[in-house]
Amino acid sequence: MIRKFIKGFSSHTFLILMSFLSLFPFLWLTSTALKGMDENIFQYPPYFLPRDLTFANFIQVWKQIPFLTYFFNSFIVAAFTVILNLVFSSLAAYPLARMEFKGKKVVFSLILSTIMIPFQAIMLPVYLIVLKLHMVDSYGCVPGYLGLILPFAVNAFGIFLMRQAFLSVPKEMEEAAFIDGCSLFNIWRKILLPMTSPTLAVLAIFTFIGSWGEFLWPSIVLTKKTLYTLPVGVNDLQGMFSANWRLIAAGSIISIIPIIIFFIIMQKYFVSGQNEGAVKG
Amino acid sequence: MNIYYKKYIAYLFLFPALVLLGIFFFIPFFQTFVISLKDYSTDIYNPAFAGLRNYAVLLHSKEFYTALTNTFLFLILVVPFLSIFPLIVAIFINGKIRGVSLYKVLIYLPVVVSIVVVAIAFKWLYAQEGILNYFLQLINISPIGWLTDTRFAMLSVAIVTIYKGIGYYMMIYLSALIGVPKDLYEAAEVDGANEFFKHLTVTIPHLMPTIALVVTVSSISALKVFAEIYVMTKGGPLNSTKTIVYYIYERAFENLDLSMASCASVVLLILILVFSIINITFFENKRYKL
Repeated sequence: MIRKFIKGFSSHTFLILMSFLSLFPFLWLTSTALKGMDENIFQYPPYFLPRDLTFANFIQVWKQIPFLTYFFNSFIVAAFTVILNLVFSSLAAYPLARMEFKGKKVVFSLILSTIMIPFQAIMLPVYLIVLKLHMVDSYGCVPGYLGLILPFAVNAFGIFLMRQAFLSVPKEMEEAAFIDGCSLFNIWRKILLPMTSPTLAVLAIFTFIGSWGEFLWPSIVLTKKTLYTLPVGVNDLQGMFSANWRLIAAGSIISIIPIIIFFIIMQKYFVSGQNEGAVKG
Repeated sequence: MNIYYKKYIAYLFLFPALVLLGIFFFIPFFQTFVISLKDYSTDIYNPAFAGLRNYAVLLHSKEFYTALTNTFLFLILVVPFLSIFPLIVAIFINGKIRGVSLYKVLIYLPVVVSIVVVAIAFKWLYAQEGILNYFLQLINISPIGWLTDTRFAMLSVAIVTIYKGIGYYMMIYLSALIGVPKDLYEAAEVDGANEFFKHLTVTIPHLMPTIALVVTVSSISALKVFAEIYVMTKGGPLNSTKTIVYYIYERAFENLDLSMASCASVVLLILILVFSIINITFFENKRYKL
């Protein structure tokens, strides 16, 4: 009994400490953002609760930075990246899971080999290709979005994830549908996709998070502030407000609100252990 | 029975994915090698063939060696910690106590927040007159330049990567822990093993494949580190946090030195290939088997 109590107590202490450490950088940022102009944010000893609590920093940064534009851009890019990934990955996964065709081994190994090619090692030629295809923001909004979306519109992880899911669907249903004259496309759309919707949801959510947080590629291709995504815009705060940490902090906190809300709503997908298949390097 | 269909139909389904992978993976992949063999310094539009000369230049470049050693230093700082510590957290969370889902959500939170914001938050903690230096002062250590001192900068960056990774690897371990047979723990208890010993003799051996997977996965992502460095140090001070990807980025997009960027990319490709092959053949072979 006592042993069990000690065990529970030490577990809680450890996990409370971990949760606190996990939140601390954001709490400290929030505290700084809420401190008024008369407060010394560098004061020793530091104090957490603002003495002159104010939202002025948030208001000023909101006025100066087009956050709504950044949100909109990030949303468009992430949403289309998710949709294209779901469609293309599951389309490609169907023949890999169910059909025998000439060249299957070659196609399979080709797709598998892209797992070993890190984007960071090929980003220069990808940039040259995107330039050649006129998919950069100097050609307008839509080309700019395309350049952000298409290089990430499909990847091998998604294809293999969907293939795994299709393999676990019993074949009998498809065969019955096929005998009834159902086309392969309709088998894919009306049987396989609904049967694998949990996996599709996992793929959608993790693709969304990845796209939403992506920094390297947008910071390479984007030249116009009107097309900045959130991470690029937030990084830009450092330059805009040089060392004014109240404003940098306020801007950073504003920028994470949408993803925190998304996370809270979708939390069961993140922490239920279903994401085992979404392991990514 | 088998479903009969025209053979080309498979390729209709594969078509969009193959086209995109072709344009954005295979062509760039081969171009990386082609560019690495050309000399762009005299005429960027009509590069002359340089053969392996660029590689000779790269391998004699001190800056590249610094980037290479920095990358491995970063890997050594990050990987052992990210392979072991999240397992400990997962074991605590798996211990059937109340409030587990709240703990999980809070510890996972940094994973979903953009690395840019996390890096900015830490930059603020690391400030010269910041809160971390205050804590140091409390234990009689004089303030350190977390991001401005060449001795500490890489460690400071590594701490950010670790902070952001714990929740991610914790979830991988948690789903693996479900698979450990319960009766083994009971048997260990009957033998009088304490908590620590139970995990040492039952959990760890059972999770060896998962631990190995986390080692390779976290190694691959350590080799690719970029955003934290770009946001916090820009490779400085004095190149002390310049890693391979940062070197590639700088060469390619700031100095327009396409050849050096591509040679370094080939080195990165080879390094990651080694880890990926280990990963695919040993730890994830089930998913990648035809």
